[in-house]
Amino acid sequence: MKLAYYPGCSLEGSGMEYGMSTERTAEVLGIELIELDDWNCCGATSGHSTDKLLSLALPARNLAIAEEAGLPMLAPCAACYSRHRVTEHTVKHDEKMRQTIAQIIDRDIQGTTETLSILDVLANHIGVDKIAEKVTRPLLGMKAVCYYGCLLVRPVEYTGFDDPEDPQTMDRVVKALGAEALDWAHKTECCGASLVTSRPEVGNRMLYEILRNAKEVGAECIVTACPLCGMNLDMRQGAVEKEFNTKFDLPVYYVTELVALAAGESRKAVGIDRHFVEAGRYLDEVAKRAEKIKAELEAKAQAKAESQKADGEKVDPEARQKKIDAMIKAFEKNPDKMAKRLIDDEERAAVLLEIISEDSKKAARLAELMVDNSEKASKAADAFVTAELKKRDK
Amino acid sequence: MAAWYKTGLIASKYSVSGKGLSIVEKAVKLIPACEEDKELLSRLEAEAGTNVNLCYQCGKCSAGCPAAFAMDYPPRQVIRLLQLDMVEQALKAESIWICASCETCSARCPRGVDIASLMDTLRREALRRGQITDKKVAAFNQAFLQGVKLFGRTYEAGLLLQHNLKTMQPFKDAQYGLPMMKRGKISVLPTRIKNRDQVQKIFAKTQQLGGE
Repeated sequence: MKLAYYPGCSLEGSGMEYGMSTERTAEVLGIELIELDDWNCCGATSGHSTDKLLSLALPARNLAIAEEAGLPMLAPCAACYSRHRVTEHTVKHDEKMRQTIAQIIDRDIQGTTETLSILDVLANHIGVDKIAEKVTRPLLGMKAVCYYGCLLVRPVEYTGFDDPEDPQTMDRVVKALGAEALDWAHKTECCGASLVTSRPEVGNRMLYEILRNAKEVGAECIVTACPLCGMNLDMRQGAVEKEFNTKFDLPVYYVTELVALAAGESRKAVGIDRHFVEAGRYLDEVAKRAEKIKAELEAKAQAKAESQKADGEKVDPEARQKKIDAMIKAFEKNPDKMAKRLIDDEERAAVLLEIISEDSKKAARLAELMVDNSEKASKAADAFVTAELKKRDK
Repeated sequence: MAAWYKTGLIASKYSVSGKGLSIVEKAVKLIPACEEDKELLSRLEAEAGTNVNLCYQCGKCSAGCPAAFAMDYPPRQVIRLLQLDMVEQALKAESIWICASCETCSARCPRGVDIASLMDTLRREALRRGQITDKKVAAFNQAFLQGVKLFGRTYEAGLLLQHNLKTMQPFKDAQYGLPMMKRGKISVLPTRIKNRDQVQKIFAKTQQLGGE
């Protein structure tokens, strides 16, 4: 898979571990990323809050460059992804606006390229089975909540790769890595975005609600796919803890960090040392748990194999054959007694006696069944009698 | 829209939180919607690509809004103001600056009203008029775009510095500066793209066209 790569400003700054781990993840999964030539900022929320045309023209320049390259474009940042999707949609569906935009950016734009989110690429284009194949260090024992935030899944008309209320793509990826993805209520709640900077009394409360719900459902870490969500939940967690007088201690990982780590990449290569909430200790703990769980699973598998072996020993074929031979002899010596053992009804037992006296094959079959399962032997004997009586009626 | 509608709305608002002025005093200050108000609303609706009269005031937007707790008028009431042609009041609402553009309201609206887009449109109209109820948010947006205009990319260090200076909070978030630098997450100097002139042209041309 070959993609144009639009890192966006955050992935080279405040969310740089997301950028580093996206590149590692792509390499591990065999995705070729070609950085978009001379890309510019998408304008993000400040753009569309200020000027509608500007908010369309800034991403349009990038899309036009991607069109020239003839490649679909990966935009891991949720805000960049959203702005480019909105522009793509506008260019495709509003011819007048397309012309205005083309005039502003002084380039041709047709809306032929598609912007992809990292979750769409991982879960839908690569697929969780292929990701699971690459896992060498499963994250067994990790208890995570997947936090999608707003713009990866909304508005669904522009995004559309997952459910806007209960998205699953990240959950599926995290599970493929061996971790537990817990269900929770704040999957798609807003982290406050730039409000934590401009209006911290509003933004911090929004962060608090998310962190609290994660803790309530028993999560030990949060997984995200947006650099703004990541930075807010990670960098400002300390301030939120202080403001609300509580302790969360929830490391916040980018989904790409976890994919790359589980596939054997080093922590340094994905930027675990750049987190604000200490993120290495929990990975150590998960590694320990993973060892333990693996050992338990192996022990269980071994125990199962051993018990099967023991069962096999119990039913030694030689001993079984001896028993069957002895039983056949008993049939030859005392057919009447054997017939009565198999059937209670005297008349029917008499018929069975005739059968086994005449047909040694049927006698041998019954002898074998009596060794293995006496109930089945009785049923077979009964069936022989019924068939014989029918034959006589004719 | 009849004037008594407006009277009713304001009366109910002030009967809860009003101080000093009586309901009647407040209500008589209202005037019926004029043609300009109606025209303005039509223009805003067209820009937002939605129709406020579709709204039947169920309140699902306000219920799901993660920032409603901090708003003076929750989203449903902003729409109600618009339905009553009270565009001026809607433009003065602090809510339009508190809205984080998370799109939950638009995603959940059973009538398909694009509330987030309306909030966006109201913010832009307030900016055009220089009627900015929340200067902090507007200052952040301005500082953000200033960096993009100059360098073609976001200049995070410059953004925070400029935002702090504009809002007279010089030491805001200063505790994060050094840790960010230690982690290599913020560079003192901006990253610039090669063709900055192209981006500057985009800014100039959109300004020429007067936005939308």
